[in-house]
Amino acid sequence: MSTMNGKAPERQDIEDLLPWHAAGTLGRRDAERVETAIAADKELARRFDLVREELAETIHLNESLGAPSARAMQTLFAAIEQDGATSPRRRVSINFSSRVSAFFSSLSPRTLAWSATAAVLAIVLQAVVISSVVLKGSSASRSYETASAELPSQAGQGSDVLVRFAPQASAADITKFLQTHKATLVAGPTGDLYRVRVSTTRLPKNELDTIVKALQSERGVIALVLPTN
Amino acid sequence: MSVNQTTSDDVLIGRIAQGDRLAMQVLFARHHVRVYRFVLRLVSDPATAEDLISEVFLDVWRQADRFEGRSAVSTWMLAIARFKALSALRKRPDKELDEETAAAIEDPSDDPEVSVQKKDKSAALRTCLKALSPEHREIIDLVYYHEKSVEEVAEIVGIPENTVKTRMFYARKKLAELLKTAGVERGWP
Repeated sequence: MSTMNGKAPERQDIEDLLPWHAAGTLGRRDAERVETAIAADKELARRFDLVREELAETIHLNESLGAPSARAMQTLFAAIEQDGATSPRRRVSINFSSRVSAFFSSLSPRTLAWSATAAVLAIVLQAVVISSVVLKGSSASRSYETASAELPSQAGQGSDVLVRFAPQASAADITKFLQTHKATLVAGPTGDLYRVRVSTTRLPKNELDTIVKALQSERGVIALVLPTN
Repeated sequence: MSVNQTTSDDVLIGRIAQGDRLAMQVLFARHHVRVYRFVLRLVSDPATAEDLISEVFLDVWRQADRFEGRSAVSTWMLAIARFKALSALRKRPDKELDEETAAAIEDPSDDPEVSVQKKDKSAALRTCLKALSPEHREIIDLVYYHEKSVEEVAEIVGIPENTVKTRMFYARKKLAELLKTAGVERGWP
């Protein structure tokens, strides 16, 4: 285009803008450039008049095309009624889900792994809290009970202790505690005591006492440890 | 299009995204005639154009929550309309298309009425505007009637901005040639 008809690039550039200048859709800077050029160039001004003729007749032609009948609107709103199940309002919630999915997709595998671990621990903690609340409620009417009597008897299958976790202990703390001592939760809570298996074999009393002392030293996690054997 | 109207269209789209049917009616009332005319100029069949604008506005209803406001609402709607119109044209039997194209591009000099139109430059211009190819007709309409900027035309048609200017130049050149054939010499290009 710049070499069209052998004109100077600047002049051709201006001429290319004439249709938009006639329609009033040029930015201020370009509009001023074109106005200045037209004022200084009679041939350009004549061509601008041709453009204005085209503009006027294009508007005339389009305005003579009439308008659609009411059928178009009826069809549209009938379709919108039928489309109720997939209305934009509903899709907003779907999009929210998509955005949540996209957020998780954007996380690195390491971040995602930590998030998943945290989520699992949160679920475990919730289960513990809910169970505690439910059992506390159900035991409220009882006058007295022994923890060992309420918990399922696991005698002969290993060495267990009864543990009350410290109120401030988080799920992560409890998990770490169990891993450190190679212990597993086998029952509970009853009241606020859990049966924790510290050995899969039945240990002599002195060994179990040693373990109980070691567990009791975990002050941040454990509030109370009682031998059961 | 005024700034106020543009802002107002954006607000309407926001409401439509929330399922507001009244906002949809307002948007339809505001734009349906222009969208219809744009589509009609492409498909040359009023019944098809009516069907298509229902589809265009239904798309607007369904996709309002995805409108990002990067362009004017009218530009977005014209882009949808263009896509629908071209899809409809592709589905038409070739024979039907050939006959329509032939009718549209018939040399005005063969028409007995042309001699009368020579005396009426405005009427000749309109006749020749109708005889342009769909591609040239489209860009002329977008620039002159729909008042779209270079950037907006580029977005609607899906071509670079420089190509918009080039295509407009050749559309006007073709228009001048048709006019010359019809006996109207304009001294350009």
